[in-house]
Amino acid sequence: MEKSDIIVVSRDRGEKGNYVKPFIKGLQYTLGNFFKKPITVQYPDQKTCRSERWRGLHKLNVDEKGELKCVACGLCAAVCPSQAITIVAREEIGGTRHPETFEINELRCIFCGFCQEACPKGAISLTKVYEYVDYSREDFVFDISKLRTTGEKWNC
Amino acid sequence: MNDLFFIPIIKMFVIFGVCLFFITYTTWLERKALGHFQLRYGPMRVGYHGLLQPIADGIKNFFKEEVVPDNADRAVFLLAPIISISLAVMLLAVIPFGAPITILGKKVDLYLANPSIGILFILGFATIGSYGTILGGWSSGNKYGYMGGLRASAMIISYELSMAFAVLSIIMVTGSFSLVDMVGAQQHVWNILREPVAFLVFLISGIAELNRTPFDMPEAESELCCGYNIEYSSMKFSLFFLAEYTHLFVFAALVTTLFLGGWHGPILPGVVWFFLKTFTIIFLCIWIRATIPRLRYDKVMKLEWKFLLPVALANVIATGVVMALFG
Repeated sequence: MEKSDIIVVSRDRGEKGNYVKPFIKGLQYTLGNFFKKPITVQYPDQKTCRSERWRGLHKLNVDEKGELKCVACGLCAAVCPSQAITIVAREEIGGTRHPETFEINELRCIFCGFCQEACPKGAISLTKVYEYVDYSREDFVFDISKLRTTGEKWNC
Repeated sequence: MNDLFFIPIIKMFVIFGVCLFFITYTTWLERKALGHFQLRYGPMRVGYHGLLQPIADGIKNFFKEEVVPDNADRAVFLLAPIISISLAVMLLAVIPFGAPITILGKKVDLYLANPSIGILFILGFATIGSYGTILGGWSSGNKYGYMGGLRASAMIISYELSMAFAVLSIIMVTGSFSLVDMVGAQQHVWNILREPVAFLVFLISGIAELNRTPFDMPEAESELCCGYNIEYSSMKFSLFFLAEYTHLFVFAALVTTLFLGGWHGPILPGVVWFFLKTFTIIFLCIWIRATIPRLRYDKVMKLEWKFLLPVALANVIATGVVMALFG
């Protein structure tokens, strides 16, 4: 039989049967991982850092005297795309305006941050609080007293 | 009276207690090591680094509802986990854990029994133990379980052969079926140096026999959604689980006994060496599990019949020729 008569069925048969090298390579890789520090964040104990621009729960800011900066102009309520903000204004003697009620329905809110942008007084801002749980839907409608203290109990 | 009755009973409690403790913690070791292999932590919440996790799991499984499917073969369904666990635990009886020690002036051997056919006992009972898997899969009236049981029987039939041939070469080298004699024969040279091929064949077929990744055909999660134990719940599932890990422990102990010199080792006492080697093998199994994906079913069979079995046979013949020429 001539040598040219032999039909080569599989040229790289030798490479095909070579399982040992990749096997050992894989074992090396996993063992390398074994001695590395795990990248898992132990969530309730450790938390990853939020960005400075993170849009979390709302907070109503106060001035030096401890009064709300809000003048109840209604711009935030007007700009809010999901209509989550309800404001009732109260005018005091001397022309100063304050919100009688200021409610944000956090379940309706889409956390776009438009209210913060629209506010001329810097009265409303979004905090970095992103984890908030409660028992009923009513609890998610934040009123003034709740909005003043956002982020004090849960801080990041 | 003492020698016949009390000492074996005390030994039984100590050996089974210690071994079952280690086996329970093998589950913890597996989850933990597997986690770290994948850059995770594994169990962390129950106790320090999840150390109480096996106990918590046991308690949880104890209080789960037991479900027997309507179309299950009830008697066999209930019997299968019992077969599995009892035959697995029985294997612990013949494993020599350490050199004889002297307590209160009495020489105590650190094994429960030393039958002259120790290794055959282990091979036989390990195979009968797989009836638990097969019957459990078959009786649960579930197609996945049935497929799992079917695959388990195919795996056992296949890989038992190369395993037995690998053991045969060790028996030839040692000249005895007794596990204690086998350890005694390795005082100076471990069998892994005399029979490296048999070691590899035994390791591979052992992992296959244990139904562990990369050979976990009977419980292929992605194909059979857990295979033979799919219909089992509560403590019955736990028993299957425990039997699996007992088999793993016994397999590691067997590798230690047959190839790694059993309890022999410098400085440290024999028992410590034994468990050290055993857990090294267990770690190796976990390491392999973390590395290699599951093989295709036909490849598993091909590996056995076309590679391992011929290699093991050739190894036996080569051992015989070398022994005839130089022994």
